[in-house]
Amino acid sequence: MNFDDIPPDWRSQLAIDGSAEEPSLWLSGEWVLRAGVPRYATIAAQFSEAKRIRLGARDLQQWDSSAVNFLAGVVRDCRAREVDIDDAALPEGLRRMLALVFAVPPPPPRATAPAPGMLASVGNSALRAWRDWPAMIEFAGEILLSLGRFVTGRARYRRRDFAYLIEEVGPRALPIVSLISFLVGTILAYMGAVQLALFGASIYIADLVGIGVVREVAALMTGIILAGRTGAAYAAQIGTMQVNEEIDALRTLGVSPIDYLVLPRMMALVLMVPLLTLYAGIVGILAGMTIAVLVFDVGFYEYYNETLSALELKHFAVGLIKGTVYGGLVGFAGCLRGMQCGRSAQAVGESTTSAVVLGILLITISASVLTIVFQKLGI
Amino acid sequence: MTTAAPHIEIRNLTMAYGDYVIQRDLNFTINRGDIFVIMGGSGCGKSTLLRQMIGLVHPAAGTVLYDGEDYWAASPEQQLKRQRGFGILFQAGALWSSLTLAENVALPLQEFTDLAPDLISEVVSLKLSLVGLGGFEDFYPSEISGGMKKRAGLARAMALDPGILFFDEPSAGLDPLSSRRLDDLILELRDSLGATVVLVTHELASIFAIANNSVFLDADTRTMIAYGDPRELAEHGVDKVRTFLKRGEA
Repeated sequence: MNFDDIPPDWRSQLAIDGSAEEPSLWLSGEWVLRAGVPRYATIAAQFSEAKRIRLGARDLQQWDSSAVNFLAGVVRDCRAREVDIDDAALPEGLRRMLALVFAVPPPPPRATAPAPGMLASVGNSALRAWRDWPAMIEFAGEILLSLGRFVTGRARYRRRDFAYLIEEVGPRALPIVSLISFLVGTILAYMGAVQLALFGASIYIADLVGIGVVREVAALMTGIILAGRTGAAYAAQIGTMQVNEEIDALRTLGVSPIDYLVLPRMMALVLMVPLLTLYAGIVGILAGMTIAVLVFDVGFYEYYNETLSALELKHFAVGLIKGTVYGGLVGFAGCLRGMQCGRSAQAVGESTTSAVVLGILLITISASVLTIVFQKLGI
Repeated sequence: MTTAAPHIEIRNLTMAYGDYVIQRDLNFTINRGDIFVIMGGSGCGKSTLLRQMIGLVHPAAGTVLYDGEDYWAASPEQQLKRQRGFGILFQAGALWSSLTLAENVALPLQEFTDLAPDLISEVVSLKLSLVGLGGFEDFYPSEISGGMKKRAGLARAMALDPGILFFDEPSAGLDPLSSRRLDDLILELRDSLGATVVLVTHELASIFAIANNSVFLDADTRTMIAYGDPRELAEHGVDKVRTFLKRGEA
């Protein structure tokens, strides 16, 4: 054994003397964590023959947990090898810190299940997705029951909250709905006009934009905007309430969180989305008109009359029905994921993401189904 | 280990939310190695004062001096450097929920030191062992109890061996034994590492067990009405403070 076998960088902080059976380790100089410090693990092999190790300090100036860490390494190793330790020559503070480190024995290691293989992971994901459907159906059932209580005047909720929710969903969404609808109307007009101009039929931009926006695009865009804006907000609000045990507090009072939190939010969306859809449709038509008149030299009155003759009441009805369904689905996804939220900040983030994804997924599925249904019905 | 050298000085500090003044003209000194308690009834501005001391909220007037340097007059870089010398235990632990306990404690070490990953993980285990959480490295905050979260928060606060430890209501929500253990730990850390400790609390048992200096903020007069060793204030302080420190029996 060679006691001089200490890395040169450490010689100002550590000295070793004594015999191979009874070595002494002396801490000296400055032991400051941020500067980088010796680790016992790298020199532990030198003490394989030791029966008793003496720990002490010589000219030890400033020290922090780096010194404690080093000494804890020595003590841990000595305990594992049943080597005696004499720490009487250590400063009082260091001895107390060492005692603190070993004051509480660590708990037995947790039994961890082996990581599932790829096939098992795929199966688990599929099962999770499958099990999500019964939960959704159950939630939809609870909302229906709550609606029954609301209609018969037995549901408990705060009218002031409801008014706030209406304002939040409707009027406050107008700027973003205006912007997106105008831009989408512009895109539709350009896409159509370039093709129609080839046949000298630019006037039919009015039909394309009018019917396209009112029947499909206004509802779809409004639904997607609200999924990102309102659905996410619902999931985050209700999820945070779940984290803070506010929902448990409601339940223990005998107040149904579905009546109090979910139904007002769903109703606010279902009531406001048709109005927003109608508004988005009008903005989209105005955008198409602006492009047709300014860029493609279609006359204003010509465009106006063509739009009037193309649009029928049934187009508005289809658009409003779709919008209402999308609004309900966005509210459903937001509230469902909020109520299913775990109890941490990370869980709130996951619920919010999931609410937006589920909202858009449900909108897309229902858009396809409704389009086919209306087609079959000849509307 | 207490050496009477001013470490933190509060000078003419006024705290306000907009036009509403919470506390005005606060002046006191915390010495190096003190265990200093900020006490007062609920809503008197204790936590707000703490937040102004740790640089989270700007005071309406006055300032805080650390080792004679004006914190609020310093550049943002200097303020950050100063903040790295603070260890802060927030009321509910404030552990990052997406990280394990070991990752929570390791983050300050990874960000602000050049230590090798092996040494960091050793130091992290040491800090967790110091607060009695050795072996819980891989647990997430959601898997441990409230008292354990507080202790893990303390391990994180101690990660960089700070010169000043701030505690916001450390005993709130803890059973008497856990509370006592945390008090002992705070005393041990002060005695062993020589840190200065600033506590916001109204747990009388803790105040008498560990504090050697204190200030009392009064919600009615909106300023400090007592400053000194809480044991002396309990005997010879003004009526309001004695009543507070003797649970209404003075």
